[in-house]
Amino acid sequence: MSLPADPLLIADDVSMSDLPGEVPEGPDVVVRGRRQLVLRRLRRNRAAMAALVVLLLLFVSAFLGPTVYKAITGWDYEGQDFTSFLSPPSATHWFGTTQIGGDVFAQTMRGLQKSLLIGLLVALISTGLAAVVGSVAGYFGGWVDRALMWIVDLLLVIPSFLIIAIMMRNVKDAGWIVLVLLIALFGWMITARIIRGMTLSLREREFVLAARYSGVSSAGIIFRHLIPNMSSLLIIDATIAVATAIIAESGLSYFGFGVKPPDVSLGTLIADGTQSAFTFPWLFMFSGGLLVLTTLAVSVFGDGLRDALDPSSKRAGGGR
Amino acid sequence: MTTQAQSTTERAGADAPLLEVRDLTVEFQGEDGPVPAVRGVSYALTPGEVLGIVGESGSGKSVSSLAVMGLLPATARVTGSVRLRGRDLLGLSDRELARIRGRKIAMIFQDPLSALTPVYSIGDQIAETVMIHQGASKADAFTRAVELLDAVGIPNAAQRAKAYPHEFSGGMRQRVMIAMSIANDPDVLIADEPTTALDVTIQAQVLELLDTAREITNAATIMITHDLGVVAGIADRILVMYAGKAVESGRVEPVYADPRMPYTIGLLGSVPRLDRPGQPLTPIEGSPPNVARLPKGCPFVARCPVRISLCETVEPDLEPTAGGGRWAACHRSEEIELGRIHGAPVFPLPEIATLREELPREQRTAVLQVDNLAKRYAITKGAVLRRKIGTITAVDGISFDIREGEALGLVGESGCGKTTTIMQILELTPPEQGSVVVLGQDVGSLNSQQRKQLRRDVQVVFQDPMASLDPRLPVGDLIDEPLRSFGVPADKRRARVRELLSLVGLSPEHANRYPADFSGGQRQRIGIARALALEPKLLVLDEPVSALDVSIQAGVLNLLEDLKVRLGLSYLFVAHDLSVVRHIADRVAVMYLGRLVEVGAAGHVFERPTHPYTQALLSAVPIPDPVAERQRTRILVHGDLPSPANLPSGCRFRSRCPLFAELPSDQQQLCIDVDPQLESRGGDLASACHWARERQVLPGA
Amino acid sequence: MGRFLLKRLANYAVLIVVATTMAYMIASLALHPRARYEGRNPPPPAAVVDSTLTAYGVNDKDPLVGRYVHWIGGVLHGDFGKTVTGGSINAELGARALVSLRLLLIGSILGAVLGVLVGVVSAVKQYRLTDRFFTAFSFFFIATPVFFTAVLLKFGALTVNDAAGTTLLNYVGYATPGLDAGFLGSAWDQVNHLVLPTLSIALAQIAYFSRYQRNSMLDVMGSDFLRTAQAKGLTRRRALFKHGLRTALIPMATLLAYSFGTLVVGATFTEKIFAWHGMGEWLVDSITNNDINVTATVAMFTAVFILLSGFLSDVIYAVLDPRVRVS
Repeated sequence: MSLPADPLLIADDVSMSDLPGEVPEGPDVVVRGRRQLVLRRLRRNRAAMAALVVLLLLFVSAFLGPTVYKAITGWDYEGQDFTSFLSPPSATHWFGTTQIGGDVFAQTMRGLQKSLLIGLLVALISTGLAAVVGSVAGYFGGWVDRALMWIVDLLLVIPSFLIIAIMMRNVKDAGWIVLVLLIALFGWMITARIIRGMTLSLREREFVLAARYSGVSSAGIIFRHLIPNMSSLLIIDATIAVATAIIAESGLSYFGFGVKPPDVSLGTLIADGTQSAFTFPWLFMFSGGLLVLTTLAVSVFGDGLRDALDPSSKRAGGGR
Repeated sequence: MTTQAQSTTERAGADAPLLEVRDLTVEFQGEDGPVPAVRGVSYALTPGEVLGIVGESGSGKSVSSLAVMGLLPATARVTGSVRLRGRDLLGLSDRELARIRGRKIAMIFQDPLSALTPVYSIGDQIAETVMIHQGASKADAFTRAVELLDAVGIPNAAQRAKAYPHEFSGGMRQRVMIAMSIANDPDVLIADEPTTALDVTIQAQVLELLDTAREITNAATIMITHDLGVVAGIADRILVMYAGKAVESGRVEPVYADPRMPYTIGLLGSVPRLDRPGQPLTPIEGSPPNVARLPKGCPFVARCPVRISLCETVEPDLEPTAGGGRWAACHRSEEIELGRIHGAPVFPLPEIATLREELPREQRTAVLQVDNLAKRYAITKGAVLRRKIGTITAVDGISFDIREGEALGLVGESGCGKTTTIMQILELTPPEQGSVVVLGQDVGSLNSQQRKQLRRDVQVVFQDPMASLDPRLPVGDLIDEPLRSFGVPADKRRARVRELLSLVGLSPEHANRYPADFSGGQRQRIGIARALALEPKLLVLDEPVSALDVSIQAGVLNLLEDLKVRLGLSYLFVAHDLSVVRHIADRVAVMYLGRLVEVGAAGHVFERPTHPYTQALLSAVPIPDPVAERQRTRILVHGDLPSPANLPSGCRFRSRCPLFAELPSDQQQLCIDVDPQLESRGGDLASACHWARERQVLPGA
Repeated sequence: MGRFLLKRLANYAVLIVVATTMAYMIASLALHPRARYEGRNPPPPAAVVDSTLTAYGVNDKDPLVGRYVHWIGGVLHGDFGKTVTGGSINAELGARALVSLRLLLIGSILGAVLGVLVGVVSAVKQYRLTDRFFTAFSFFFIATPVFFTAVLLKFGALTVNDAAGTTLLNYVGYATPGLDAGFLGSAWDQVNHLVLPTLSIALAQIAYFSRYQRNSMLDVMGSDFLRTAQAKGLTRRRALFKHGLRTALIPMATLLAYSFGTLVVGATFTEKIFAWHGMGEWLVDSITNNDINVTATVAMFTAVFILLSGFLSDVIYAVLDPRVRVS
């Protein structure tokens, strides 16, 4: 069968002549690099581009917003306005104030900042862990594989939520770093399994065999051939992991097991706001809305990225 | 575009053709706008007639027949007309077409594993088509399905009908597809590369079955293939497609004997032929154009050695050419006669280094000695509950050697153990049984450092040039990799990469590009360059050209031939295509179920084989010459390769052996009781058969 | 066959024991039941505190291994020990498990069935309005944490009730306390209480399943065997449903196992927010209350549950796909 599933890739396949020794020239040999191809596909995906813009805006406002806000209104996340308790959004307090006169906008931006930071770090660590463990298990096979996969099974069985919750109870200051490590520790297993599966098939691929038969070491094969060849999947998975981590963090913080005061995250803000969600909606809606907006944007962007990087793949879109 | 349709009714004398396709075009929506996949194809078929459509991948041959069936995705734009007994099928609704598909026109697909629904039993899937069109009850339809399975030669049909597709071998699945296609006695059968995925012996069986099916149904048959040999054997007429267009058509004999379009000439000249071992191959340089960005003039112009300026600007139509019933799309078709233009061949003969003076084989050093090598695997069953149910012996005590400057061809059907053999050799680890000696060093005695050093001398080129090059690394890094792992300093490596690239006919500037930027043939050249980086003595070639289109295959084969002589390399050449082996090998080893059944000098094995399996293999290879091909008598082997877990007693070939079937029972007893060993048959030839006798199976050999 | 089943079950048992042990150890190290007494005024005598804690099996002065062996020994005999207030865990376990199971089972069945339906419709109508709507729906609910959905649902119910002037939708507990409305009446009352909590976890499940089903279906829609089915004379629609859907269901079996983990965590929020006294609520409370034995018990319950669902998904997989059946 020769249905042109992806005419652009086919185009790349045959655009050069087979003349030995001839250096291809002329307009017929415009070979688009893979990167350009991906960018082009991504740019055409309007939803993904919109999500990207939203994400960028969120980042800018989370990291620059508080400074600018302080310059304009004079409030930061620790300050208390004793002249207005529980006041609705206004020009002085854009998102209103809390029971004790805290500024909701400043707090929300601070929380968003923390949540984004946690999401990014967790994604980085857990995807890296998944890549290494999965490819090592898949490549070496045998008892290494069995041992690592048993650990994966175990970590999947252990109620991670509970373990993190218990461990976080005793952590006081700067607890969010520990939180990042714990969420990452329990967040890499499914990706590792997928990576292992891919490694199992990549391992038998001829380019890996060719490398092995020309004397390349196992570490060389794993880091030079295997992991780079799974980079599409890893990039996509890391994106999704950002959303998953933000949700996990906010969930833990919601119960008071995550980020601890005086630090705030979207989770703690939502938890604080829930009790009075019906009467003072600004305490709840802004943090909740931003949380959903963030994870939604990340998911949509991740989905677009998948389509662009790996058009043939029909793995799930959205999340895990 | 053409008026060719009326020229076909030599045989039937019917008024209107059964199936008439006119000016068929198909366009897909590409990322850069419409991509024309088929650009005007016309043909007509009468009952019982066989039309062979030949072309390389991407030529539009499959798409055109899917368009006839109305099976293209909704995004494809199809124009022209497809008339079945005068009724135009294009523009019919899905419901109306469904009534025609499977009843009037049936189709056989290339890959019968993916073409059958994995979750329903074979019997149910065949019964379904009977129920749809004949309104039969479920039980009656199933009975009919069993009859059909029996008719296409599935043993134990009643029981096998309840099995699922994955429980069948490739050949058996293709029989199932054929059973399904003839279930409703169709008028037209379309077979899309029906034997491409199969071994030659099974291919011969399936082609025979297709012929029988055609005789039973008297269906007009469209045979789509890239294999000129298959068309030569089965088709009445041939249509050659290139870049979405028919470029030559006519009755099979004159087209093969006297092709008029340079592309057809090139195709015929680039196929290695079993019956003409010494004949040099003429590769068609370059590769097919990208249909999304076709040049203005003739699509073949860039690769055509006899192009004139008119070809650059005007695309030639398919027009009648001398000889009657012949059509060609070439401005110079009238000048071309018998494949020559003004007395000179259209494609010039390539320059290949010729053999040097050589010592006799016995006096040359052995590069590889394999003695009594065996490899066993555990077989497991079940995915939910995996368990070991036994062991199979993939390689069972084989011995051979390769001398300096020699190419040994290792041939056999898939599953015979040839891949296991070369993987065991390439691992350079102690085998389970027997010994592997490379350049005098027994791999069983090596420590890991010595093993790594020995890797320098044994390198490999794999089958699929896309899969064997890491797509993420530039070509320079790929070729450089073996050198780097042996600690060659960077400046020497750079120089060596440049040297290697020009050695395999590429340019040093290519080092910065990625594998995806190259065509299949070029990628295989890169693979060869990498294998040569460490100056090995032995090159293991695992089906090095089987993933390439024929027109490109020839160039790589020529390169391999040239390198062997120039660098004094030894080859262990594994292939299922005997014609390719015939072209390149000095000696041949034939493998069957883990054993060597015949080993010897290539000329001897191909011309006077003594083992019935070798004879059957050779006789199954189609030869791209309709006259010779139709005069051959086929020696068919029976059934499939038996499971290695359940071998017959005595000679393991006896269950399929054509000779065994003819023997009187007292002689059969020997085959049943005693496992034959390799014995010399005079000269450089040994075979493992109790009743070995020479038999010539190739014409003109 | 039996032997392999046993081997697999043995592996499960080991996993459960290891998981439970880890939970017990971590809980013992991190939780401080003694702290419950430290804040009291007047402070109770040290000896009394010690003996009470020892009686409950949570005295940090007793050796950890000894306490663990005692507890796990009890578990093996079907006794999960005492809560930090001295109550029997067994007495509470059954009732709470039932509450949680009701939520989890209905949620997952509803999620899987509706998710598959939505996914199929989405795939068949790819890029049409229906598909776009369902896609937006799934993305929203995949991106929204359960506690946010739950609060929004509650908010919605409040608005509806206000508008109707009566309690149309209940969002507290799983039955109206002290209701005397006969069998039908109390059954209706329970269903009414079930709607919002179930929705809060089923919506995410539906979203999640539908995305996978859509992709799996799209995969199948381009497959060779669907083309064969059409070439045999089936219309596109019949081929899609008879050959396509059946095959596209296979990957869903694996998803079932993975989705259970998220479901269990999700249910924790749902129970907390809708005041259901289930396992999830118990877990959160036990951590806050420094209750080691309950924490370990809930951990064990979740581990058993996740492994069971993994086993179930393997079985469903084998039923759906003849290629993996042991013949």
